[in-house]
Amino acid sequence: MKITNDRRARGARAILLGVSLAALASTASAANLVISNWDGYMAPDAMDAFKAATGNTGEVVKHATNEEIMGKLVASGGKGYDVVFVSSPFAEVLHNLGLTETIEASKVPNLANLYPEAAGLAYDPGNSFSVPYTWGTTGLCYRSDLVKTEPTSWNDLLKPADDIKGKTTMLATDRWLLAAGQLADGFSVNEIDPAKMEQVKNTLIEAKKTLLAYDDTTFYAKLVSGEALMVQAWDGWCNYGITDNKDIKYVIPKEGSDLWVDTMVVMKASENKDAAFQFINFMLDVKNHAWAAENILYKVPNKAAMESLPAELSATYPNMAMPVAELTKYEVLRDVGEAQKEYSRIVSEIKAAQ
Amino acid sequence: MTAIGTRPAFLMAPALAWLVGLMVVPCALVLALAFFQRGVYGGVDYTFTLENFGRVFDPLYAGIFLRSARIAGTATVIAVVLGYAAAYAIASCRRSLQPVLLFFAVLPFWSNYLIRTYAWIVLLNREGLITQLLRWFGYEGEPPSMLYTEGAVIAGLVYNYLPFVILACYAPLSRMNPELAEASRDLGGSAFTTFRRIILPLTLPGIAAGAVFVFVLSIGNFVTPALLGGGRFQMIGNLVYDQFLTANDWPFGAALSMALIGIMMLLLLVQAYASDRASTRTAPVREDA
Repeated sequence: MKITNDRRARGARAILLGVSLAALASTASAANLVISNWDGYMAPDAMDAFKAATGNTGEVVKHATNEEIMGKLVASGGKGYDVVFVSSPFAEVLHNLGLTETIEASKVPNLANLYPEAAGLAYDPGNSFSVPYTWGTTGLCYRSDLVKTEPTSWNDLLKPADDIKGKTTMLATDRWLLAAGQLADGFSVNEIDPAKMEQVKNTLIEAKKTLLAYDDTTFYAKLVSGEALMVQAWDGWCNYGITDNKDIKYVIPKEGSDLWVDTMVVMKASENKDAAFQFINFMLDVKNHAWAAENILYKVPNKAAMESLPAELSATYPNMAMPVAELTKYEVLRDVGEAQKEYSRIVSEIKAAQ
Repeated sequence: MTAIGTRPAFLMAPALAWLVGLMVVPCALVLALAFFQRGVYGGVDYTFTLENFGRVFDPLYAGIFLRSARIAGTATVIAVVLGYAAAYAIASCRRSLQPVLLFFAVLPFWSNYLIRTYAWIVLLNREGLITQLLRWFGYEGEPPSMLYTEGAVIAGLVYNYLPFVILACYAPLSRMNPELAEASRDLGGSAFTTFRRIILPLTLPGIAAGAVFVFVLSIGNFVTPALLGGGRFQMIGNLVYDQFLTANDWPFGAALSMALIGIMMLLLLVQAYASDRASTRTAPVREDA
């Protein structure tokens, strides 16, 4: 018995060795990428298609929020990840921390598919460390069949008419919550002047009294159920509401919006940079990038992809058809550095206010 | 060393290793973190400071502590009254029926905390089951706003932690020697006097244990205020969560956590002291009653 066992074990070891040698051999020619992205933010079969196209494999790990992945990247110095999807102010932070790799345009030929405006975004002109994946606006999403007057201003949300009092929600994430007040008070979405921010704080504390809830994830469902009648929303999320109820409409208030951009960055600590650039190039491919627009219902900065979309899409979701020139006139959220601490405090004060 | 002498240490080793590795060390790390500064871009700047502890006493954050304590305190009082009554009722039932009733009392624990909390959203929201029920009875007006209020948060906390109180109060109630209450009656004590002077003091350790459970779990809770308070009610748990996951101010989050742990330890000490005192004056109990 003992002999057989030994022999069997030796055989198993030999097989294992063979398998691991084969694995080694395959990694020598093809890289295995680690990509961190939001859940559902790329096609479910994207990695299979990427493998078929380039021979590289990839593993997609998910993060729920920018802050979550930032915590991991700052703690690890960016090790363990090759490509990361983050919103633009966070890409800027990663760049300032020296954690991002310079995008080698020659290795990402599909950059040519992007609108020229996509290379002129204030946080990263020329796409030196980040490549935009989706972009859009933040505005008001409302039930046109249930509100008495259609909103035109941020103040329609912050100082609501009697019929919608207690039936409005605002985003809970610091920057967008503050942006509503900053825009209503006529300031930049990156305003850091203490006196002006004090005013914004008071505006938002006043607005809290008429608010149903702060909500980042289910506000469109609240509109569909009729629990809320007007909410602060990212345009793409308002589209999810429109899918369920055609009476839901989206408007950018006259004071404007921020221009939010979700980007892809390559980590400096990546050991598979060429494959990482191949991945970004793959995502910028017309078909793949159009997937994002059609399925996430976010606008993408890819001219060819946007032009390939079916006409019904922009008929159903009018904000998908917003001209790029109009979109890019809004101010992008920037990293505010030390002032972020003050932002956090103001948000705590607003949320703690009675 | 004898075999007998080594065995307890050997048996204790896995639990001890678990506690040290997964409780003591992480807590020490969090404590250490509280003495450093937040980096400009999140992360930690390893420069010594006491500022984070100072900030805990800032009126803004101290106010959130007080408010959390008030919400947790209200939930505790309600849970203790309801739970004690339920435990009393169960303990008064036939012996054979008691395990069944206890089983039903803890049954909600078998489903996930989040799901139980979401169930309250389904009940309380403006178009929810309660509103529909009111409509069915002919109610016409504007539905009452019940969700995203402090009351909803308290209801969620009471509901979720009630079984703890029932279990904690049931133990001393079921073990109590019924002859003590009978003796009190025989000596002319009214039902209320008997309860107040005999039953209540004897079951105080159970009440204290249940109350501390509810309070400690409530004051640090962040799921219930986030879901049932709609983010409009910041409790200390939400504040800690925000420091770690949105503000990326780990040192301040660590200082807040330490303050919270301090409060909890203090309460547990008081409870241990109370139950210790109570047990020294408790009359011997009869297990076969």
